[in-house]
Amino acid sequence: MSSDIYKDIILDYYRHPRNNGDLPDANVRAKDSNPLCGDIIEMQLKIGDGKISDIRFKGKGCAISQASASMLTEAAKGKTVEEVKAMEKADVLDLLGIDPGPTRIKCALLGLKVLKLAVYLHLGQTVTEEVKRLV
Amino acid sequence: MVEKLTINAARIREDFPILKQQVNDKPLIYFDNAATSQKPNNVIDAISNYYRHYNANIHRGIHKLAEEATVAHEEAREKVAKFINAKQTGEIIFTRNATEALNLVARSWGRANVGKGDKIVLTIMEHHSNLVPWQLIAKEKGATVEYVEIDENGELRLDEVHELIDDSTKIVCVAHASNVLGTINPVKDIGRAAHRAGALFLVDAAQSVPHMPVNVRDIDCDFAAFSGHKMMGPTGIGVLYGKAELLEGMPPFLSGGEMIKEVHTTGTTWKDLPYKFEAGTPNIAGAIGLGAAVDYLQGIGMETVLDHEKEISRYALGRMKEIEGLVIYGPMDVDHRVGVISFNLGDIHAHDLASILDEDGIAIRSGHQCAQPLMEFLRIPATSRASFYIYNTKQEVDVLVEALEKARKIFAR
Repeated sequence: MSSDIYKDIILDYYRHPRNNGDLPDANVRAKDSNPLCGDIIEMQLKIGDGKISDIRFKGKGCAISQASASMLTEAAKGKTVEEVKAMEKADVLDLLGIDPGPTRIKCALLGLKVLKLAVYLHLGQTVTEEVKRLV
Repeated sequence: MVEKLTINAARIREDFPILKQQVNDKPLIYFDNAATSQKPNNVIDAISNYYRHYNANIHRGIHKLAEEATVAHEEAREKVAKFINAKQTGEIIFTRNATEALNLVARSWGRANVGKGDKIVLTIMEHHSNLVPWQLIAKEKGATVEYVEIDENGELRLDEVHELIDDSTKIVCVAHASNVLGTINPVKDIGRAAHRAGALFLVDAAQSVPHMPVNVRDIDCDFAAFSGHKMMGPTGIGVLYGKAELLEGMPPFLSGGEMIKEVHTTGTTWKDLPYKFEAGTPNIAGAIGLGAAVDYLQGIGMETVLDHEKEISRYALGRMKEIEGLVIYGPMDVDHRVGVISFNLGDIHAHDLASILDEDGIAIRSGHQCAQPLMEFLRIPATSRASFYIYNTKQEVDVLVEALEKARKIFAR
C-alpha cells in the first residue's frame, strides 16, 4: 500500500487541516484559484508590527493543495512579512516532504501564492511577476 | 445472418506503437481516449510519407508534387464524406478541430441569422466548445441561450426539449454523445423537433464519430462537428459537415488566400464549397492522416468498434459499481452510452485519484472535463473519467479496479 506522493503526513493535514476556518480579527484576506483544476484557497491573516500573529485558511480542492496550505499557515505564523516574501517553492516542498512532479506542483504552490498575495496586499505593494507565476 | 465480427484486441494493439511502453515501470493503460486517441501505424506512416515524398502546397501548383498532394488531400475529404454519409464532398469543411468547426457556424451562420429576442437551445451536458461560442453570439445579438436539463440517469429530459424549442428558436445544438456522462442523445428526435419549429439543428459529434456509426443524412442534422485526433487521426485537423444549401448562403468565416475566386481592389468573390471556408494553406498532412484514420476505422467497421466498447463498458460498469463509495455519473445501460465513464470515489479529489492511478501506469482524465455547467448541475467540482477505445481490454479494466481499491485504502488511512 505505498503511494509516493500521498504520505501519511499529507493525508493527515488533508483530513485534519490545522488553522482551518475564519479568522474573525484578520486585517487582510486574499483568495485565488487554480483555473486548471478549480482548487481554491483563501488566507486570512492578522498582521501587526510587520509580523504575522495569526493566520487561518479556507479552501476546496485536492489533498496536495489543501495540505500544503495548512502546513504553510503553521510555517507562516510568527514570521515577518519580509520573511514570507522571501519564501519560495523549495520551502513548500520541504514542508510536504515530497516533490509532486511538474503537473501537480501548481496544487502545492497555490497556498504560497495566496499567502504572498495577502502580504503584498497588506503592504500596499504591487505583486511581483514571480508571485503571479507561482500558479 | 452475417456473423458478428469481434475485435482481437491483442492484434489491434500491435498497430499502436505507443501502447507498448511502460509508465512508472507498469504497462501503459490508456483510458483517456475521450481527450485524444492513440494513432495506428498507418496514420503515422501516411503523415510521414507525405512529408518524405510529396510535400507541396495544394490547389495552386502545376508541378508533380503539388498534384499528388492535392489529390491526397481531396481523397481524404471524399473518405470523410463517405464515412459520415454526406451527400457531396463540398459539404466537408476541414477545420483545426471540432471547436473551430463550431465557432465557424456560430460566427458565420449565427452572426448572419441570430437576432434580438431569438433563442438558442443547448443542453446542460454540452462541452464548452458547443456552449461558449453560442453564449458570445447571444450576447452580441441580444439573443437568449436556454439549456435542456438531464434526469437522474444522465439522459436528456425530452419533455424539456419540446417545451424549450419554440418559434423564436433559431438553432438547437446538441452533443451526440456526452464527453462526461457518455450518454448517447436521441439526436434524430431532437432534430425533428428543431425542424418542426423552423430551427436549424447542429450535432457536436466529437464523441460519437470516433466510436459508432454516424450517418448525417439519417440524423438529418444541418451541421455536425468533430475532431480528427479523437478518431485516431492527428491533432490540428477537424471537420465541419454542413448541408450544401446552408453553407452556400453563409458568409465566409476566415478570409485570405485559397478561399477566393477573384480579388479586386473594389471587392472579392468567394470560391465554391468547401473552399470558401478554408482560408490559407490548410493542414495538408493532417487531412491525409485523418483519411488514413478513416481507412483504419472502416477496416474494422464502426458497428464492431461500438460493440467492443459496449462490452468493455458493461464489464467496467459492473466491476466499478462494486467498489465501496464509488459513484458513477451517466446511464448504466450500455445501449444508451459510449465508452466514457465519469466517476468519483468517496471524497477523494479527482486530481488525487488521477495521480494515484498514474503511479500504476493508468492514464485517466480528471477535472471539470470542459463541462462546468454540467458539473454545477450535478453539484460536483470535478470527476475522474475513464474512456475506452478498440485497443482496450477487460484485463486493463481489472488493473483499474485494483488501483481504485488501492486509492480508496490510501485515503481511508
